[in-house]
Parts: sequence; C-alpha cells; structure tokens
Amino acid sequence: MQNENLSELLRERVLKAIAEGSPLLILGGGSKSFYGRTAVGEVLDMAGHSGIIAYEPTELVLTARTGTALSTIESVLDGQGQMLAFEPPHFGLATLGGTVACGLSGPRRAYAGSVRDSVLGVKLINGKGEILSFGGQVMKNVAGFDLSRLMVGALGTLGVLLEVSLKLVPKPEVEETRCFDMGADAALTAMSLWSGQAWPLSAACHDGERVYIRLSGAESAIRASAKQLGGERLPDGCAFWAGLREQNLPFFRQMDNSQASLLDANLAVPSLPREAGAAAIAESLWRISLPPAAPMLSLQGACFIDWGGALRWLKTDADAAAVFALAQQTGGHASLFRSIDRSGLVFQALPDPLKALHMRLKQAFDPLGIFNPGRLYQEW
Amino acid sequence: MSYRTHPSEHIAHNVDKADFLRMLGEYLKPDSLLSDPEDLRPYDCDALSVYKSLPWVVALPETVGQAQAVLRLCHQHGVPVVARGAGTGLSGGALPADNGVLLSLAKFNRILHIDPANRVARVQPGVRNAAVSEAALAYGLYYAPDPSSQIACTIGGNIAENSGGVHCLKYGLTVHNLLGLKLLTVDGELIELGSGGMDAAGYDLLALVTGSEGLLGVIVEATLRLLPAPTTARALLAAFGSVEQAGAGVAEIIGAGLVPAGLEMMDNLIIRAAEDFVHAGYPVDAAAIILCEMDGMAEQVDADLEQAQNILLRMGATEVRLAKTEAERKKFWAGRKSAFPAAGRISPDYYCMDGTIPRRSLAEVLHRIAVLSASYGIDVANVFHAGDGNLHPLLLYDASQPGQLERAEEVGGKILELCVAAGGTVTGEHGVGMEKINQMCIQFSPAELAQFHAVKAAFDPRGLLNPGKAVPSLHRCAEFGAMHIHRGILSFPELERY
Ligand SMILES: Cc1cc2nc3c(=O)[nH]c(=O)nc-3n(C[C@H](O)[C@H](O)[C@H](O)COP(=O)(O)OP(=O)(O)OC[C@H]3O[C@@H](n4cnc5c(N)ncnc54)[C@H](O)[C@@H]3O)c2cc1C
Repeated sequence: MQNENLSELLRERVLKAIAEGSPLLILGGGSKSFYGRTAVGEVLDMAGHSGIIAYEPTELVLTARTGTALSTIESVLDGQGQMLAFEPPHFGLATLGGTVACGLSGPRRAYAGSVRDSVLGVKLINGKGEILSFGGQVMKNVAGFDLSRLMVGALGTLGVLLEVSLKLVPKPEVEETRCFDMGADAALTAMSLWSGQAWPLSAACHDGERVYIRLSGAESAIRASAKQLGGERLPDGCAFWAGLREQNLPFFRQMDNSQASLLDANLAVPSLPREAGAAAIAESLWRISLPPAAPMLSLQGACFIDWGGALRWLKTDADAAAVFALAQQTGGHASLFRSIDRSGLVFQALPDPLKALHMRLKQAFDPLGIFNPGRLYQEW
Repeated sequence: MSYRTHPSEHIAHNVDKADFLRMLGEYLKPDSLLSDPEDLRPYDCDALSVYKSLPWVVALPETVGQAQAVLRLCHQHGVPVVARGAGTGLSGGALPADNGVLLSLAKFNRILHIDPANRVARVQPGVRNAAVSEAALAYGLYYAPDPSSQIACTIGGNIAENSGGVHCLKYGLTVHNLLGLKLLTVDGELIELGSGGMDAAGYDLLALVTGSEGLLGVIVEATLRLLPAPTTARALLAAFGSVEQAGAGVAEIIGAGLVPAGLEMMDNLIIRAAEDFVHAGYPVDAAAIILCEMDGMAEQVDADLEQAQNILLRMGATEVRLAKTEAERKKFWAGRKSAFPAAGRISPDYYCMDGTIPRRSLAEVLHRIAVLSASYGIDVANVFHAGDGNLHPLLLYDASQPGQLERAEEVGGKILELCVAAGGTVTGEHGVGMEKINQMCIQFSPAELAQFHAVKAAFDPRGLLNPGKAVPSLHRCAEFGAMHIHRGILSFPELERY
C-alpha cells in the first residue's frame, strides 16, 4: 500500500493549471467515471496521494488522504469492529476522495445516514491554489460555514479534496435479512409502516417481486424482531446487500443490450454522442430520489426500490425530460445514473435563482473554472 | 455591557428612520413594527445577556410576503438585517445591529403538516423545538435534536445554529435531521433547498445553510425528519472518584461499540448544585458522574446497558445505579437538565462555554481548565455532552464585582484556545455569534477566513445579513492577531493594525 503525501505536488499542478487557464479532471480510482456529465481537462491523478493519517477507534473518527482506496479503509475499520455508516458503493477501485465527491451512499443510508452525514472535516485545494481546512476531527463543530459537507456530491467542482475526516460507527453484533413476497405498491406501504416503527432496521428494498429488510443489532433484539416481523430468512444476506450496493444484482446486470458494457465497473466509459435512431433502443439507468411513500412513478421500465422507498432505480428508454419532470412533480429529483449519452442534463435542472446561486458559489471556490468543468452542469 | 460592532464589520447607511418606517409600514401592520425604545428593549440581547444593543427597528412579519418585503426594502437601502427566533442563543447571534432591522420570526409559529407515511414535519421557523415532538407523538414519531432549551428555542434558531442536544450522539445534530428549507435570500428571493427525498440536485446547500447563523438568508419554512419513538429507554448513573477516571470510562464505552442515546458527565461542583436544586438523588461526594441512556427495542437496551455497566465498573466506578423505574430515569435527567439554572443558584452570574475536543483529551483538558480556574480565581463547573466531547464549562462570576466579568471572559477565551490546541473547536453547538468571533482568528487561517467571506458574498455581496457575527473580518483578526500567533506564524502581517 502506498502511503504518500502529495499535497504540495498537487498544489503545484493546480497553480500551473491556473496560470495556463487549463481545466483539470480530478481522478481518483476512475471507478465512477461513468457518473456525472462528460468533462474534459487534463487528468489530475489523486491515486498516489494516499494513506490513513489518523485513526483512533475510541474517537470513532478516521482521517485519510483522498487517494486512499476505500477497500483499504474498510478493512482497517473492520479489524476494529467499526465501519462507515453509509455503506458506500465501490463500483471498482474506489478512493475516499471519489466516494466523497460523488456523494453516493448504499442501502444503509436510509437508516444510518449519508456520506455527508458522516463527513466531519476536509482539507482541500481551492481554485486559487490555496490549501484550506474546514470542519475538523470532532463530532460537533459549528465554527464557520460548513464547507466540508458542501464538498459532498459536488463532483470535484469546488476544489481538490486532499484529506477527509469521517465519523465511524461500530459494526452491529448481528445482521439478518428477512424477505417477503409482495408487489411494489404493497412493498411501499409495508416499508413505510416498518420504517415508522422502532425496529432495528438497517435497510429495506424491493426487487420487483420481494421485499428484503435487514435487521442489525444485538442478537437478542434481532431474534425478537425477526420473530415478530415474520417473513423468510435469506441465507446469504451479506452477499445480497453487497450485490445491491455494487449493482451486481440481476436487475442491474440485465440492462438492455447496448448497455451491458456500462456495467463493467472498472471501465471508465467514454461518452459517445447519440446517433439518430440509436436513442430509441438504448435503456438508461435512472436514480430517482423521492419521498419514501410516494407511489410508483407512471413510467415504463423496470424499477428497483431501495432506501425503504426513498430511492428508485429505473431502467427505461423514456424521454429524459419526462423522467425529470415526473420526479420533480413527485417531490424529488432524478439523475441519469448510467447512460450512453452524458452530454446533456444528467442531474435535475435547477430553478433560475438557485442556479445563479450555484454559479456564484462555484466562482467563490474556483473563480477560473479549473476544476471538473461541466461535470455537474453544463454551464460551469 | 453595551455592544458595538467592530468598525470593520459595521454596515453604514444614511437612511432616515421615519422614512424607512413609513416604507415598512406599507407592508406590515402597526403592531408588527416596533421602534419605540420601550418596545425595542426586549430585543436588545439573546441569552448571552451581558451584551446588549437596541435595534433600530423591530419587524415581526406574519407572512412570507411580508418578510420578503422587509428584506427587499433593507436590501434596496443598504440596511442590515438580523434574524431572531426565540433569543435563547448563547453566543450573541441574535444581538441586534444598532442601525439595522431585527427581523423576528416569532409569528411564524405554525406546524404546517405532519406526514406520518414519509415521517416528516413541515413547520414554520418560529415553531418551538419541543412542539414538533409533541405534535408528532400522535403518530408514534418524534424529532430527535433536543437542545436543553427545547421548550423555548425555535426551529429556525436551531437550524441557524445547527443545534445539538443530549440525543445527538446517536441521532445526530440538526443538520442530520433536516430534509428541506425555504430560504429568503438577502434580496427577498425565495429559494427551496433539499427535496422531498433524502438528497437533492446540485450542491448541498441545505448543509451549508445549517449552522450559518443567519448570515446567508432567512429561513421561512423547514421540513424536518421524524423518527419512530423508541419503545424502551433506560438510563444508568455511574459515580467516579476522579474526573479523569470518568473521562476514561466515557472513551471506553464508545470504544466498545456502544452507541448510547445520551452520554453526559457532570463534575462535583455541578452535581452538588443540581442536587440542591432538584433533589435528583445524585451522589454528592462523587468527583464526577456519568449518565448513560440506551434506547431502542427492549432486548437491545438490556444488552447494551449491561455491557455499559460492566465497562464502567471495570473503569473504577464507585457505584453504578440502574434507573429501576421510568420516574427514576426522569429524575436522573432532571438533575442534568437543570444544571444551568442550578449554576445560577450558586453564583450571581455564569458564563457557558461550548468547546469540543477529541474524547481522548477529556481528562487533560479538564485538568487544565481546573488550573486556569485556580489561577484566575474563577470557579468552573463542568457539565457536558461527554459522548461527543462537547464541553460546557460554566464560569461562575459576579458581575457586580469590578473586573470579574473581564476575568471570566479571559478564562473563557483561554479555554477555547485549549480546545483548539487539543485538536478541537471553539464551538460545538452554540455558534460563534459575536462572542467567539475573535477565537475564529485562531481556529482559521487568513485564507480560510477569506474563503468564508467569498461564500458569504455569493449569498450576500454587501454583507447586510447579521454583520459582525460568525466570521471575523480580516481587519478584526489583524488587530486580534497582534496579540496572538496563529500556528506559529504571525497572522496578517500585511494588514495594518489599529
Ligand atoms: C438554558 C439554555 C440551554 C441551552 N441548551 C442548548 C443545547 O443543549 N444545545 C444547543 O445546541 N443549544 C443550546 N442552547 C442555545 C440555544 O438555545 C440554541 O442555539 C437555539 O438553537 C437558539 O434558538 P433561538 O430560536 O432562541 O434562536 P435565536 O437566539 O433567536 O437566534 C440564534 C441565531 O439564529 C439566527 N436565526 C434565528 N432564526 C432564524 C431564521 N428563521 N432564519 C435565519 N436565521 C435565524 C439568529 O440570527 C441568530 O444568529 C441553550 C440555551 C439556553 C439559554
């Protein structure tokens, strides 16, 4: 394992990019290159900037350089009976920086919080080439604006993340997965009901035919809950949730023909301009975030429900505008998670005043537009 | 003590007050617009009442449209605006600007909707924190963040401060329990942050606005996450012969993988004060006590509590008491929750600090606080959220004795510097306000402060919202830096000192 502090080197690269006015494409492990809009720029490779800087189990806090492999961090935590609460997807060789920049959380998110909920502090390089620290290594910190949580999901457009401090949680003593045969509507009702009661839930999803819930906690509590809730015990629950997290379940693998390559997680998929006629057959994978009890969207295509209803994965060839519009009407937002064409809107369009505010914020961090231009929205 | 903004943070304007009142009067009812000094008096401070300043004008809008009108007029004329909830803030965040409008959200006091299926409450910002859980109870739900001031403080103030409470160790701070906001920007534009889902498109402005102390906009509506009420809650009380041992006990509980719903610590001075006040049955000879509560399913609670008990005994607790009844559990907490008023009974005045440190430094920092206390002759009582390292040293002083307040303030400043040196922060949950604004110059470098200013300018280019709070001007730091060295380097050598 490499363990190297490249902060100064990275800063020099940023200063050079500033001087030349040439954009940078910040790259961790490349595992999520498929995510977001296609961006251009010279690659700023973060993978060498790695190593765990501080980890003290009794503090429940870990600080690491952003090029550190997520798998390295997870195995170190595992050794101490701890974990990341948000169960992040890897999709290949994920780094800490990419995980935070993409802001993607796995099945546990609905009950244990998101990436941003776990972020306590960051060190970053801003668009002036300054190294700055925000937040810290303690659980509670309200000194100054919360610029560390702002970095989560910003897709690297506000700065180069150098270090991140994360809050950790202890691993549950026991986990058990129960499943129940039911259709989607019944599943939404059931998950909403259970989520509103004090069960030790740590995940709830529906694959089109069955509801799966994961219970986590002390053995006695899990036994008692399982008995009261009923359902059938899934023998290898662990593999199931990992499959959902990594999108290896059949639902995700069986994409319409041309999309198969998109699921090869290790590949940075280049964006190809859509040819006339090709659009009609290509299915895209949409990530739609909704109020958990919202009914099934009236869009064609198969749907996988996660986060107890709050996250819907939709495979559809429906018109992007229709998906965006319906998601918004239903009180949520959509993103084009995996698609051949990533040159248009990938994330839900922002209303004008909010968009203007976003652009001013981008200016505040990266006045010259050096970092990942266009990755989040076309205009900046 | 009368308070004036730092000259470099003062927003000057030449607007005629009578004219301005007339303009505001076109939108606000007469009783929603105060300018008589008698009427302004109740707004001259928050709960950090040593600092006072009469506002120029108080506006109490009832509708979003009225609040927008107030902001538009202020924006148009360059008049500062300070938002105010219940005024329970402990850092002078809602302290008025003497030439500005104090915008009270007190009339925005309605719970708009409780949605049990999606487990959210949509509320106006002036709703009291405790009222949310009271309303949600009918659905078996509750709102987790529970500042000790919860019967009085408002949701708007909680969001502006990112407030915490006893239950934050397990359930998170305000930011973790917030799903959406309606925010008025400085020019009166309404924007919506968050979404009906668990995340939103674009930058995480919801997180950015949370804890921004009224500097980025005025919150006019919030969507809060509700949680299922736990079926069981049980607490234990452990007594220790030394503060160090108690601190080590806290670290051990967390290290063992337990996540208590609350993990609080009190030292001898405050144990005795609280016992005198509410007769909680605390062991008054103990150097420190730990209160530890577990909640969830009965089976889980029993397992966790047993483990906690074993750990605390192993760590040298002289006594561990399990609350046998709900009444006894409530009694354990009654003492903790009355700690501030109890301090008020043993000292004419007290000053509450709010630094946070890594748990491993608890014993060391508490020891150093004791040394400071002795050398300044200012008694310090410690009662705090030990589980997350959030200290609340209460500095006991008598404002009627010349020099005591100044000495208390000096000890306070030194304690905050201790917290920063230990790898912590100057404020865990009470906010910077005007109180800790100088210490911000120690915690952040000039470039970091400049980044804060750039973010502020993206929302509020002329700095009209809550000037002189939360983020110090570089000039202020230059002045303060003349006395302090930041991370071994003199701060702001390029700026003039005055
Ligand atoms: C006895 C006591 C115990 C306390 N215990 C705790 C505790 O356990 N945990 C904790 O975190 N705090 C605690 N506090 C501090 C205080 O109660 C919190 O900071 C609370 O959130 C303030 O709410 P408020 O409505 O009184 O806000 P105010 O004091 O009125 O305002 C606080 C800040 O919020 C801004 N603000 C208010 N409303 C809005 C709005 N609608 N839009 C934009 N900005 C706004 C103000 O400008 C100001 O900067 C305690 C205070 C007291 C007196």
